[in-house]
Amino acid sequence: MTTLDAVGDLRLTGLTKRFGSFTAVDDLDLTIPQGSFFALLGASGCGKTTTLRMVSGLEDPTAGRIYLGDTEVTHTKPYKRPVNTVFQNYALFPHLNIYDNVAFGLRRRGVKDVRKQVEDILALVELGHLAKRKPTQLSGGQQQRVAVARALINQPQVLLLDEPLGALDLKLRRQMQIELKRIQTEVGLTFVHVTHDQEEAMTMADTIAVMNAGRIEQLGSPEELYENPATTFVANFLGQSNLVAGTVAGKEGDVVTVEAHGHRVALPSARCRPDSGAAIIGVRPEKVQLVAAGGAAPDGHNLLAGGVVSDASFIGVSTQYLVKMPWGQELAVFEQNTGKEIFRPGSEVSLHWDPTQTFGLDGGQDIEAGAEIDDEAAK
Amino acid sequence: MTAVTAPAAPPSLAEAAGDHQKKRNYLPYVLLAPGVAWLVVFFLIPIFYAVSASVQTGSLDMGFKVTWDWANYQSTFSTYNTEIIHSLIYSVACTVICLLLGFPLAYFIAFRGGKWKNLLMALVIAPAFTSFLIRTIAWETILSDHGWVTRVLSDTKVSSVMVHLGLLTNSHQLLNTPFSVIFGMVYNFLPFTVLPLYTSLEKIDPRLHEAGADLYSSAYKTWRYVTWPLALPGVIAGTLLTFIPAVGDYINAYMLGSPNTQVIGQVIENEALRDVFGYPIASAMGVILTFGTLAIVLGYVKKAGSEDLL
Repeated sequence: MTTLDAVGDLRLTGLTKRFGSFTAVDDLDLTIPQGSFFALLGASGCGKTTTLRMVSGLEDPTAGRIYLGDTEVTHTKPYKRPVNTVFQNYALFPHLNIYDNVAFGLRRRGVKDVRKQVEDILALVELGHLAKRKPTQLSGGQQQRVAVARALINQPQVLLLDEPLGALDLKLRRQMQIELKRIQTEVGLTFVHVTHDQEEAMTMADTIAVMNAGRIEQLGSPEELYENPATTFVANFLGQSNLVAGTVAGKEGDVVTVEAHGHRVALPSARCRPDSGAAIIGVRPEKVQLVAAGGAAPDGHNLLAGGVVSDASFIGVSTQYLVKMPWGQELAVFEQNTGKEIFRPGSEVSLHWDPTQTFGLDGGQDIEAGAEIDDEAAK
Repeated sequence: MTAVTAPAAPPSLAEAAGDHQKKRNYLPYVLLAPGVAWLVVFFLIPIFYAVSASVQTGSLDMGFKVTWDWANYQSTFSTYNTEIIHSLIYSVACTVICLLLGFPLAYFIAFRGGKWKNLLMALVIAPAFTSFLIRTIAWETILSDHGWVTRVLSDTKVSSVMVHLGLLTNSHQLLNTPFSVIFGMVYNFLPFTVLPLYTSLEKIDPRLHEAGADLYSSAYKTWRYVTWPLALPGVIAGTLLTFIPAVGDYINAYMLGSPNTQVIGQVIENEALRDVFGYPIASAMGVILTFGTLAIVLGYVKKAGSEDLL
């Protein structure tokens, strides 16, 4: 059996890559089950692309091993791995037409009659009518589909997607996300998708690994990561979070109480990481509601009083508020448009939410971690 | 101006548009004129004179007359076929060797040159700052029988191998052989191959090499199916820029060769300067060289354009 016939889960053990004194990927252990749609999510420079390039063989690991099933491919040449890549800028061969671009991999492996396969795969990505065109005559979205077809036709064990949608505009990106997900379900290959766009990762992937500084911060399904982030980085990078530093004040049954800036906040113990000492409580902006200062919150809700609305943007389905708290922090609130009163900037308000929607993180972390990076990556 | 005062009047509008169009139509010709004039004076008229001189008979004393005497062409082929063949062999050999040496060089500079790229390319061109003639004379000295190059090659038996390969006639002499002539030509024309090749290679996105490797291509296959086809425009330009001057070159054959390595250029010079009857036959050879080269180049470009060059 050659390395090209390797089958099974993709396993990375202790994978490390250093460029000089810079550690791009730091002792990474990861198993990606066969047939899953896996996303590596992180800001630029977090090591996600380097990880991908080591899997494809374009980068040689400094340490660690890569397995496909039981076959080790750590130092196998890229052209001897059953792995194909959809490159960030597609890297279509400009001298070949679409048909020949797509047939390239099959022909290099010595497949003589490629016609049927090429036509089938071009039909799958709905580009059959453009087979004779050169890549430069195609739109960005079409080129992206050619790149997917060129990789998929080889029926690799693992398909690597390196920010494949980065160059597309928003509308096309949404369309391609659905398309890629459909193709993945149809062909059932392992897809490893590298992206900095958390929405893209959540839309498409079964499992997301959030990477930061060469390490995996947290791994799980999109819902898990969103509802129960393990670190402030994940809480801020994946969506938006209101994080408030405090101290664990007590535990009663399965309810933990945290004291923060003179307020007592309750949360389920299952969602609270620390048992005692410093803690950071978190709540997503869309779970929080506002009442005018002195107004009553529903019974049992957590309440943070003394806020002043510093910004209110009405965007139709919801109103997004920034509320300045007495201790100087600005918290975000997304209120659904249910016909409620809209608070103007300067209004004095209290924030309240269902305690079960609260999560608790270990104290001592930077509560801003991951927030700035997301803004930058979104540009 | 009527168009402004009477915006509703279509004829005046059309007129104005017509005026505008006329002005625009002249401009390309005005811009082309200097170039065309140059080509007419220094290219078309001389070609016409050369062609007409090639079918004349007479002598310097009695004057030449157009007699449509094609004998000049016939005698060129019968008398000087060796020189024509030399020219062809030397220039083809020079072009091929320049490509074999130039491609790796240009490839290295384009893909591995990094921040040294421009400096390395400057070094490739640097010899051209010295006169072609002087450089060739320098090689005459370097390759001379008593020079160290000849001695080292002879002592290390490299010359004996070259004799076996038919490149030299004896192991104590480099100069005055086809080897030295081709060597000199390669030296002189290499930059003409490297420059366009480099331009082509430099434009290739290195990620295409990665895409090749990713799609089951070994280093060789990636070169063969990605790099080479993308470099082909540079290969064609480079080989043409080398072959065309090489086929007409006679300085290298004159300086580094012997009477046994004469090329067509030398014969043309000799004929033209020689005696009273030389002009027509020199012209005939010039015409043969010009149109022969043109035919070869056209055939080559056509073949290369269809991409079955390898």
